[in-house]
Amino acid sequence: MQSHFELFGLPPAFGLDKQALEKAYREIQSRVHPDRFAHAGDAERRASLQWTTRVNEAYRVLKDPVQRAKHILELHGVDVAFETNTHMPSDFLLQQLELREELEAALRKKDASRLDALRTALYGQTCVLEGQIGDAIDRKKDFEEAAGQVRKLMFLDRLDAEIDEAYEEIE
Amino acid sequence: MALLQISEPGMSPAPHEQRLAVGIDLGTTNSLVATVRSGVPVVLPDSLGRPLLPSVVRYLQGGKAEVGYAAQAKQAVDPKNTVVSVKRFMGRGLKDVAHVENAPYDFVDAPGMVQLRTAAGVKSPVEVSSEILKALRERAEISLSGSISGAVITVPAYFDDAQRQATKDAGKLAGLNVLRLLNEPTAAAIAYGLENAAEGVYAVYDLGGGTFDLSILRLSRGVFEVVATSGDSMLGGDDFDQRLFCWAVEQAKLPPLAPRDMRLLQMKAREAKEYLTFHGEAPLTAKLSSGELVDLAIDSETFCSITQTLVNKTLGPVRKALRDASLTVEDIKGVVMVGGATRMPQVQRAVAEFFRRDPLNNLDPDKVVALGAAMQANVLAGNKPQGEDWLLLDVIPLSLGIETMGGLAEKIIPRNTTIPAAKAQEFTTFKDGQAGMSFHVVQGERELVADCRSLARFELKGIPPMAAGAARVRVTFQVDADGLLHVTARESSTGAEASVAVKPSYGLADADIERMLRDSFEHARDDMHARALSEYRVDGQRLLEATRSALSQDGRLLDDGERRAIDEAIQSLEKPLKGSDHRAIKQAIDALNRATEEFAQRRMDEGIRRALAGKRIGSL
Repeated sequence: MQSHFELFGLPPAFGLDKQALEKAYREIQSRVHPDRFAHAGDAERRASLQWTTRVNEAYRVLKDPVQRAKHILELHGVDVAFETNTHMPSDFLLQQLELREELEAALRKKDASRLDALRTALYGQTCVLEGQIGDAIDRKKDFEEAAGQVRKLMFLDRLDAEIDEAYEEIE
Repeated sequence: MALLQISEPGMSPAPHEQRLAVGIDLGTTNSLVATVRSGVPVVLPDSLGRPLLPSVVRYLQGGKAEVGYAAQAKQAVDPKNTVVSVKRFMGRGLKDVAHVENAPYDFVDAPGMVQLRTAAGVKSPVEVSSEILKALRERAEISLSGSISGAVITVPAYFDDAQRQATKDAGKLAGLNVLRLLNEPTAAAIAYGLENAAEGVYAVYDLGGGTFDLSILRLSRGVFEVVATSGDSMLGGDDFDQRLFCWAVEQAKLPPLAPRDMRLLQMKAREAKEYLTFHGEAPLTAKLSSGELVDLAIDSETFCSITQTLVNKTLGPVRKALRDASLTVEDIKGVVMVGGATRMPQVQRAVAEFFRRDPLNNLDPDKVVALGAAMQANVLAGNKPQGEDWLLLDVIPLSLGIETMGGLAEKIIPRNTTIPAAKAQEFTTFKDGQAGMSFHVVQGERELVADCRSLARFELKGIPPMAAGAARVRVTFQVDADGLLHVTARESSTGAEASVAVKPSYGLADADIERMLRDSFEHARDDMHARALSEYRVDGQRLLEATRSALSQDGRLLDDGERRAIDEAIQSLEKPLKGSDHRAIKQAIDALNRATEEFAQRRMDEGIRRALAGKRIGSL
């Protein structure tokens, strides 16, 4: 099967031209979307549904840094193995522990401003990691190194989701 | 000099070939039907010039039903047979319905969707809604003097799968070709966006009679993209009436009320609420059947304080949508207000305070949804040439998942995923030689299945004997452009086919729909075959038209043999279309659909190729 990059006619790089992706996505959608085929026969409506689904999935993957990196690594035969490979550098784990403690404290005190601060700190880390992943994939072509960084990024993503839940609990 | 526009052959139908398409806002309190006439969206009024149709259905002895103002006028004298706010019951079980104790109906406690016992027999909310839709269809057909080729029906964005399915079933039951279910805030955004040439990120705050939606959209030329949606499908203007009603009962120290009195006082509460929008104080008087006179007055301050929690309740979903969209209040360029309940000053104030800007009220909050739906129906009917139409990208409001061990819900498609979307997940057997697996499909954000909505249960049978963990069952969730879920399951390690039987938890089984159709035909003294014949004829004509247009555009994608096969299938359909054997027409339709499958795929490939080629040429 075509890679998600090929589908949009983009180079398979972690550093992504977001505007080019959006433009290609919209141009393809405007031709295959079910709204174009509401009055067509079953065969065309089915084909339209399949294609739109495929295009939406590809767009979702490429827009998201973790998913995009995983997709590139898969294309190079590297499995990120987040579930099975739990080995993490100890300094990273320590840092994670501290962030989580901060999250729990903010939740206990029902303090939304502490959640805001935590989120800002998390975004900073995320940006640094994304830079490193881009460097490993696009410049060094070191996919094993990239896989380790993607696992870290997935950790941060999980924390981000937990912060969302914490906001909801505080409200 | 003005440039004359010339469209590609086959792309833009001449005015006389325009298909009649309507947009329907099936509201909790009122419903509307609109269409696009000479390029302008208009609401179609009834013969007395009234644009709204009260969403009230009264059932009479003998099976007939009254809809709209006539039914509304009788609601206090015949409360048990007069159904108001039926939208609250769509796709819901009895235990899900709020304020059941204050609803004057004879509920039938059956598994699945709640049902009502009326003078015309037991009715499901789907049947009640279809009466409203039928009345609107008739109104449109008289007004447009022709039969309606398709309709877009709006639903609250926060409706779950069961509620959406119920709405679509009601449309079918009313004899409508449902082109699409469209989210209400999205419809409003279309109407607002096109009217004002809006660009940027907008929020739509839609507080209707029974539901609340908050959608965040990114508007740019020709594209309406929903970024996030949130809401509460059990919160609306009705709840404000209810608070006022309870306040009145308490103030007047009334004993438990008879259904008539209850309905009367609820009506008076609603009138008082509406009066308070423009006045500082409203009278609330009613003469009960006992002769007792309720004579109260409420000022806007008291009304604000008894409804404060309801107003605050809308802000939770607003925050959630902003978080899901990774946006802050500063990113929002404007807040479009939709739904009659947004007229309440305390709602306006709360929204202005939260977003730190005055909300946009320049469109009639009662009509904007129907107008947007009409505009979308016009596009879906193919009445707009390519280039003048727009692309609509919407999302699912609630995560879809499946029950796993320990009563936990495993999310398969997360909320705010752009639709159509699909996701497959593999499951395996728990015991040696396990021959079947049962699945429970749920919708919602909570971790425990018990806290989510149950959508359906299905069983997969006929798994060949294998050791535990060896079978691979692939379950695929497909959400279509209406936001409706289709689930399929297959045992993939052996490729053995297994059978799937889905039992919707709150929806209607196919057998129910068949029974309702049969009932409605008996009452109309219609004939099933005549109905099927006319439906298949329309379908067949539509398919012929679509196929011919596809051939004239992209016929070169076929070799001679393939072209001949499709031409033959076309001829094989033309013949039975002239006759009256509906089965033969159906068979020929299926055959033509099969014959064009490969062609359809190639056309999509071609479309994508052209989209990308266009981009490259453009960027040179």
